[in-house]
Amino acid sequence: MTRMTGADAIIRSLEAEGVDVCFGVPGGMIIDTYDALYRAIANGSKLRHVLARHEQGAGHMAEGYARASGRVGVAIATSGPGTTNLVTPIADAWMDSTPLVCVTGQVPSAKIGTDAFQETNATGITLPIVKHSWLVQKANEIPATIKAAFHVAQTGRYGPVLVDITKDAQIAELDFKYPDHVDLPGWNPPRKVNHRQIAAAAKAILEADKPVFYVGGGIINGEATAELLELAEFTKIPVVTTLTGKGGFPDSHPLHAGHPGMHGMKYSNLALNRADLVIAVGTRFDDRVTGNVSAFAPNAKVIHFEVDAAEIGKIREAQIPICAPLKPALAQLSAELRKQIPDGREGDTDWLNRIAEWKDEFPLRYERGDKIKPQEVLEAVRDATEGRDDIVWTTGVGQHQMWAMQYLNCNQPRTFISSGGLGTMGYGVPAAVGAKAARLDATVICVDGDGCFQMTSKELTTAVLHNLPIIVVLIRNGYLGMVRQWQEMFYGERYSQTDLTGPIPDYSKMAEAFGALPISVTGSDEIAPALEQAITENAAGRTVVVNVLCSEDEKVFPMIPAGASAADIIEYGSHEKAKEVEAR
Amino acid sequence: MKHTLSVLVEDKPGALSRISNLFARRGYNIESLAVGQTEREGVSRITLRVDCAEHSLEQITKQIHKLVNVLRITELIPDEAVEREIALFTVAAPPERRGELMAFADHYGARVSDLGPQEIVFEMVGHPEDLDSFEELVRPYGIKEMVRTGRIGLSRAVRR
Repeated sequence: MTRMTGADAIIRSLEAEGVDVCFGVPGGMIIDTYDALYRAIANGSKLRHVLARHEQGAGHMAEGYARASGRVGVAIATSGPGTTNLVTPIADAWMDSTPLVCVTGQVPSAKIGTDAFQETNATGITLPIVKHSWLVQKANEIPATIKAAFHVAQTGRYGPVLVDITKDAQIAELDFKYPDHVDLPGWNPPRKVNHRQIAAAAKAILEADKPVFYVGGGIINGEATAELLELAEFTKIPVVTTLTGKGGFPDSHPLHAGHPGMHGMKYSNLALNRADLVIAVGTRFDDRVTGNVSAFAPNAKVIHFEVDAAEIGKIREAQIPICAPLKPALAQLSAELRKQIPDGREGDTDWLNRIAEWKDEFPLRYERGDKIKPQEVLEAVRDATEGRDDIVWTTGVGQHQMWAMQYLNCNQPRTFISSGGLGTMGYGVPAAVGAKAARLDATVICVDGDGCFQMTSKELTTAVLHNLPIIVVLIRNGYLGMVRQWQEMFYGERYSQTDLTGPIPDYSKMAEAFGALPISVTGSDEIAPALEQAITENAAGRTVVVNVLCSEDEKVFPMIPAGASAADIIEYGSHEKAKEVEAR
Repeated sequence: MKHTLSVLVEDKPGALSRISNLFARRGYNIESLAVGQTEREGVSRITLRVDCAEHSLEQITKQIHKLVNVLRITELIPDEAVEREIALFTVAAPPERRGELMAFADHYGARVSDLGPQEIVFEMVGHPEDLDSFEELVRPYGIKEMVRTGRIGLSRAVRR
């Protein structure tokens, strides 16, 4: 045991959890912890701190770090506005099950409830969007609380937790001893696999003629991608992966049947629509995937593998629910199937052929025009990185995100990092900085839109100053493009407040001001050389913004309008159909 | 449909708001709520009564179960549980009507816990539905004030 302050104990606890980098912004009620950090670093601590320019940035960086590394992301902020600025990343992490520990300073215990300067009820504000939170008012409770926080964040279904620590607790002294176990009698995420359910799943798979794996982000959090690959190959069952599941099964694999949902591929949606068995794995039947729930996979039996019991049966009834950690569950299913069919499942030739035909019949399409089309940029950036296994992608939210999902090839988990459930514009740049901190060996490329970029571009400064060089490929169409698309298709072309207004700001000058290298692209033939230059400069340590002027009215297709079904898919060049669907 | 949930929680700040929030976010009102100690130190029992759709209840129950401070959640099924509640009623009782009121009270097992020149405070312990009946009965006399503890319940002994 060592005598130290609560602030020192916070830093020591983070070190004990093996945290190598944390993200944050200091302030009055967390200043003591930053002082402890300073002294720890001066004394040779390996803990690094990345100073974000805004707490929202710090939170998204911690998310990007977590998603790229598979480890818990740590964000630190002061009380009041520091904490409220963290609310968006916390909500984002909650929706996408990203493990996050947020440490926030709080006003002294004696001042709580007095509306003291920069006081806010941190645990109250974040209550609906955390797995758990703690208000710590005693220094000697810090080590056990931080231990518990890390445990809860990364067990069961991953997610964010908040530890709010008063200033007096940071100042007071304690005898430090980091506990070796947690005392959480009410926290018992599933650990075992019910073998009867596995046997039932195996039986259903052997009986199915048109089965599909529908795989979400849980496959990545659950570290079960190898088990899925084995299972899919052994059973010859096609796999669709969601936005958050992208990379959880190799995009280039012959059994990969694309991405389902509102802007997914037509063949992916048709596969789900016509399936007689949907094997859902680590996914929650999000409305952006299902559309009209009653018309989603209408003829299919459902097997649902999910670690969170509350997700099973929430949207769609599962005939075979399997509430268990995915890795052992999928491994047991493989083993069970191997017992019954040692040489592997034959594969449903008709079904696989049908999907292959749909794939040929309904590829992703767009037409070139006078101005650069965003799809061209995505194809170019895909081609420029082809064959490389050291690329990590992040995106903002909107049209560019959907094109990124459609066109990029991700063959490994943790290489596509995007805001799914919350749809947080501005996620891309800070998430890229965090991903880079986790993967210094990788080339981290943020595909961003101009609306998103304006929300968080200041974190380029963080990338530059902390030597975390990233590439931003900016799809600049001058509009809040996804909203514009809806306005064009469903709101009579009334472009209410979506015009970002011409050349202001000058994105290249912005990039330059933040210390990044701008590369401006205005013609199709400039794209490939610009990307090549960006990759070379980035490899030499520069943060680069490839500023691509694109066509403003390009729309993302295919599209299933909100609440519609796979039967209502609008393809490229046929969006008059939107009006029909809307009229119903 | 009304449901009674019995939740065992660690006795920690915020446990109640984490639970009640899951009803509030869906726009469900908690009709009654009782919190108290249990046979185990550091463990409280929350009994709450809500009117919500079956499907939502299943979802809410699972989400409550997931909360870090929650040890167990069960639904109390009317036939399989003993349910009780305490109520106090201040009823207008001019001397000429006291006889009737006292007869009702006697029938329902309500006690007089305070007596004034124009009012009686009745105290009644019983099944919540019996409390409802007594309330209906005395309402025409003028209920000046009323308070109920919220129902509490335990599974029946024979089931254990």
